[in-house]
Amino acid sequence: MRRLLLVLPLVALVAMALLAGCGKPQFSDTEKKVIASLALNTMPPLKPDTTNRFAEVPAAAALGSTLFFDQGMSRDGNVSCSTCHKIDRQFQDDLPQAVGIGRTNRRTMPLAGVARDPWFFWDGRRDSLWAQALTPLENPLEHGGNRAAFAHYIKKRFGERYERIFGPLPDLSTVPANASPLGTDAEKAAWAAMPVSQAEDVNRVFANIGKAIGAFERSIEPPQTRFDRFAIDLASGAEPQGDDALSPEEMLGLKLFIGKANCVTCHNGPRFTDNSFHNTGVPPVKDLPPDRGRIDAVVQVEADPFNCLGKFRDGDDNACRELRFMVKGGPDLVRAYKTPSLRGAAARAPYMHAGQFSSLEEVVEHYSKAPASVEGVSEVHPVELSDRERAALVAFLKTLSE
Amino acid sequence: MASLWRYLLAGLGLAALLAGVLAIVYLTAPQTTPGPDRSRSKTTANGLFVASFQPERGGVRQGELQSWLLTLKTVKGDPVEGAAIAVSGGMPQHNHGLPTSPQATDYLGEGRYRIDGLKFTMSGWWQLRFAISAAAGSDTVVFNIVL
Repeated sequence: MRRLLLVLPLVALVAMALLAGCGKPQFSDTEKKVIASLALNTMPPLKPDTTNRFAEVPAAAALGSTLFFDQGMSRDGNVSCSTCHKIDRQFQDDLPQAVGIGRTNRRTMPLAGVARDPWFFWDGRRDSLWAQALTPLENPLEHGGNRAAFAHYIKKRFGERYERIFGPLPDLSTVPANASPLGTDAEKAAWAAMPVSQAEDVNRVFANIGKAIGAFERSIEPPQTRFDRFAIDLASGAEPQGDDALSPEEMLGLKLFIGKANCVTCHNGPRFTDNSFHNTGVPPVKDLPPDRGRIDAVVQVEADPFNCLGKFRDGDDNACRELRFMVKGGPDLVRAYKTPSLRGAAARAPYMHAGQFSSLEEVVEHYSKAPASVEGVSEVHPVELSDRERAALVAFLKTLSE
Repeated sequence: MASLWRYLLAGLGLAALLAGVLAIVYLTAPQTTPGPDRSRSKTTANGLFVASFQPERGGVRQGELQSWLLTLKTVKGDPVEGAAIAVSGGMPQHNHGLPTSPQATDYLGEGRYRIDGLKFTMSGWWQLRFAISAAAGSDTVVFNIVL
């Protein structure tokens, strides 16, 4: 009996060590709540896009899909949306900067869940999926086309399909072969010479191209991952089975992600993004033109004739509150870029808005060091992370790609 | 006699173990700093108005554009009408301003003003500062919102 009593404290010690999981991280109730908020099952259903009345029209999405993969939608006949947004590569291209007709100055963004974004591109220079889709079409480094040529092309190649969705095409017989307010000098001159009503007709066809592509892109959603299955089990108290159980290293990474490393401050919610713009001190790329991020984009989105407050929006202007209440200036916007979703990120190096970092290890290193920004002020503060902790963060990020 | 010592030792051991476990639990528990004053109703800085601020519908939601109501009363309790209201703010611990620029968009009567376009993009301590100009004069008030 005495011996038993003596052994009791020892038993208690061993039991406690076992409960603590011998180095396997445990999560507090607060941490469990944060983890649950990151799981894909908390993502709400996709809201209707009232600015695009064709957003849920299957024929529009089907036409959009055709256009998305059609290299005819470019000046040289070699570039489609899918040139950079590759369907088998998470709709991105693995390059530091996208290459269309020429090399651009930004990294191609993946498209999973893109219809949930309030702002588009790294700097948010467009405010709807359909207005976004139009922009690369006229960028000389991407598709290099012009809206008059696109209108003629749609009539020639897809006239019947277009009219079944959007109604009769306008009379394009007197529209110049090439004309756009954004094109070459000759195209700009041709555009300026067009009667206002004719320019509006062409803009309408152009907007509808964007609305078809936008309708297609709404179907691209992020898939469930190992992390999500783990998070669901954690929330319900079930024991994760087989591959769904995270390793002690992955769990440590998750704990750091939502704790000490402060990643979840911006990478929050089921898409791991706050949909906002931040200066995180990412260095510029040497041979690229100056890039000031969000501060220059607010001017562009306000000036865009296809923005939510423009005449090509469907529905009422209640849908335009993001644009209406947009921050239009201030030091916070200098070299601020969108927080990207981290779903699938581990499988799509390089990282940042111009592919500055070639591995997740480099990304973690950057955020741990938190160097000053070349312009504006970085919001990131340095965090001391051991080699083991860095490796754990990377291991956790990989569970969002499996 | 020897056995008593043993019990005592065992007891001490248990107590030490318990203290250790408690220390670990205490040290690893999320820190609960006292935090800023979170009251949703307060007198403005110079005592001109009594302001209260709450979500127009439901509670605080993260990541969604929301409208809140700012209700302005005089110290006597009369509604303040025709006020010009400027909104600013940010996250003091993150060194950044608001992700949107909220505005007073409507007057709803009885001193109630709709402040639309608020968005809390992350959890933590947010500050909303109102500069209020009305017949009685100009004053400011700051509300702390913790998500």
